[in-house]
Amino acid sequence: MDSFRDKIVPVTSILLGVVVVWYVMAVILNAPFQRDLDRRANQTPGIVEFIGKTLAQPKPTLPAPHQVAVNFFENTFLRSITSNRSLVYNAWVTLSSTLLGFAFGTALGIVIAVGIVHVATLDRSLMPWIIASQTIPILAVAPMIIVVLAAIGITGLIPKALISTYLSFFPVAVGMVKGLRSPELTHLDLMHTYNASASQTFCKLRVPASVPFLFTSMKVAVAASLVGAIVGELPTGAVAGIGAKLLAGAYYSQTIDIWSALVAGSVVAALLVMVVGIAGRLVDRAMGGRPA
Amino acid sequence: MTGVSPAVVSASKLGLTFQTNDGPVQALSNVDLTIGKGEFVSFIGPSGCGKTTLLRVIADLEKPTSGSISVNGMTPEQARQSRAYGYVFQAAALYPWRTIERNVALPLEIMGLSRAEQAARIKRTLDLVNLSGFEKKYPWQLSGGMQQRASIARALAFDADLLLMDEPFGALDEIVRDHLNEQLLELWERTNKTICFVTHSIPEAVYLSTRIVVMSPRPGRVSDVIESTLPKKRPLDIRETPEFLAIAARVRDGLRAGHSYDD
Repeated sequence: MDSFRDKIVPVTSILLGVVVVWYVMAVILNAPFQRDLDRRANQTPGIVEFIGKTLAQPKPTLPAPHQVAVNFFENTFLRSITSNRSLVYNAWVTLSSTLLGFAFGTALGIVIAVGIVHVATLDRSLMPWIIASQTIPILAVAPMIIVVLAAIGITGLIPKALISTYLSFFPVAVGMVKGLRSPELTHLDLMHTYNASASQTFCKLRVPASVPFLFTSMKVAVAASLVGAIVGELPTGAVAGIGAKLLAGAYYSQTIDIWSALVAGSVVAALLVMVVGIAGRLVDRAMGGRPA
Repeated sequence: MTGVSPAVVSASKLGLTFQTNDGPVQALSNVDLTIGKGEFVSFIGPSGCGKTTLLRVIADLEKPTSGSISVNGMTPEQARQSRAYGYVFQAAALYPWRTIERNVALPLEIMGLSRAEQAARIKRTLDLVNLSGFEKKYPWQLSGGMQQRASIARALAFDADLLLMDEPFGALDEIVRDHLNEQLLELWERTNKTICFVTHSIPEAVYLSTRIVVMSPRPGRVSDVIESTLPKKRPLDIRETPEFLAIAARVRDGLRAGHSYDD
C-alpha cells in the first residue's frame, strides 16, 4: 500500500521520536525532585530504579507518556460519562460551546464578508476594525465579556460561545471576502451580458465560487473556536469543561490531569477539523469537483 | 433605421480612449461600420488593434468615449438589457460547478424561463453543437474543443439573433479548429444569425466570413473592409482554390498596409 509508505511510516517515526524525547525530558526534569526525596528518605537507589521512580511520581514536573496515557484512558473509558471527572463529559461541555460559537462565528463572518464585498463604505471602514479586534489578547477580553454579559443576566453557555465567536468569525470573514471576489473577469462579464441582477450574480456566481474558500477558513475557525471555548472557561469559574480541568489541575498541581486534559483538547480539535474537512470534500464532490 | 434589411450593428465615428497610468491609449478611433442582418463579419488584425474592444463595445462591456453606435437600432445598453446578443469568450468560461446542461441553462435561469422551456432549449442547442449525451458531464470531463462548443451552445440558448465571438477557437489546435469552423458555418447557415467574429488567423477569417474587417493598431482603426466572393456553401478544401487565396492575399496586404508589423 502506498498510503503505508507515504503516510503511516513517516507519521509513526515522528511519533516515536517525540515519545523518546519526551521520556528523556521527563527523566531529566523530574530528577532533581526525586533526588531530593531520596536524600530525605536516606535512600541511594541504583540508576535503573532511580529512572523508574522519576517516571512514576504522583505530581511530576513533566509526566511520562504512559502516565498521561493511563490517566487519559481511565478518565475517558472507565468513568461514567456523567461524572465530572470523565474527560468525555468535560470534552462535551467544551464542545457544545465550541459548536455554538463556531455556528455564530461562521454566520457572522459570512454576513460581514457579504457586506464588505457589496458595500463600498463597509469595505473601507470595517476591515481595520476587524483586524484590530484580533490583535487584542483573548485572555484580556474574555473576563470582560463574561462580566458584562452576567450583569445583563446572560450566563451559562452563551458567554462562552461568544468568546468562540470572537475568535472564529475572523478567518471566515477574511476567507469569504476573498472567495466572493474570486470569480474570474470573464465569468463576471458573462453575467453582465445576460443583464443579470446583482443578486443573481451573487447567488449563481459569487456564492458557488466562494465555497472552497469557506471550507478552508472554517477549518481554521473551528480550531480557533475550541481555543475560545477553553479560554472562556478559565475566568468563568466553570466547574466543567476542558478549560476547567486545566485550571483545577493547575491549582492542585495535578500535572498528569493537565496533560490528559490537553490530550483530550487536541483530540477534539483534530476531530472537528477532520469533520469540517470531510464535509468540505463531500460538498466539493457534489459540486462536480475533480477527484484528486 | 430605414430599408428592408435594417442594420444589426451601426457605428459611426466611434472612438474609445482608455485612461491608463502611462497616459491615454486610443483603443478605437473613427470606426465607421454597418453590419446587416445575416452577415458573418470577421475582425482581423494584430494584438492591440482594438478588435476585441470593438466587440466589447457592441456588447456594452465597454463604453465608447466618442461617436455613436447602435445595436438592433438601440443603444448597446438597451440591446444588452433586451438580451439581443450571445457572447462567446476566448476561454470557454463554463462554471466548473455546473454540469454542461446546467451551464447552458444559466442564461435561461436568469431570464426566468420555465423548467420545461429550459429543458427544450438545452436539448435543441446541445443538438446543434453535437454535444448530445454530455448533458450530465462537468466541464473538466470534456476536451477543450467540446468545452468551447458548450459555451457556444450557451450563447445560442436564449435565441439572440446576434452572436459575438471573441477568438473562440484561438486556444485550440488546428485540427479541432478546422472542425469547429466547419460546424460553425453549418450552424450559421441553419440559424441565419448575424455573427461578429474576432480572430487573428487569416485562413479562418477568409473561410468563415461574408465580410472581413481588417484593423490596425495605434490608434485602433479599420484599415480595410473586404467583401468575400466565396459561395455560401464552403467545404474545407475551398481553402485551396485560387479565389480563396486571392482574398487571403488581399487581407494580408490590408494588414501590411496598416504598418502593423513594422514596430
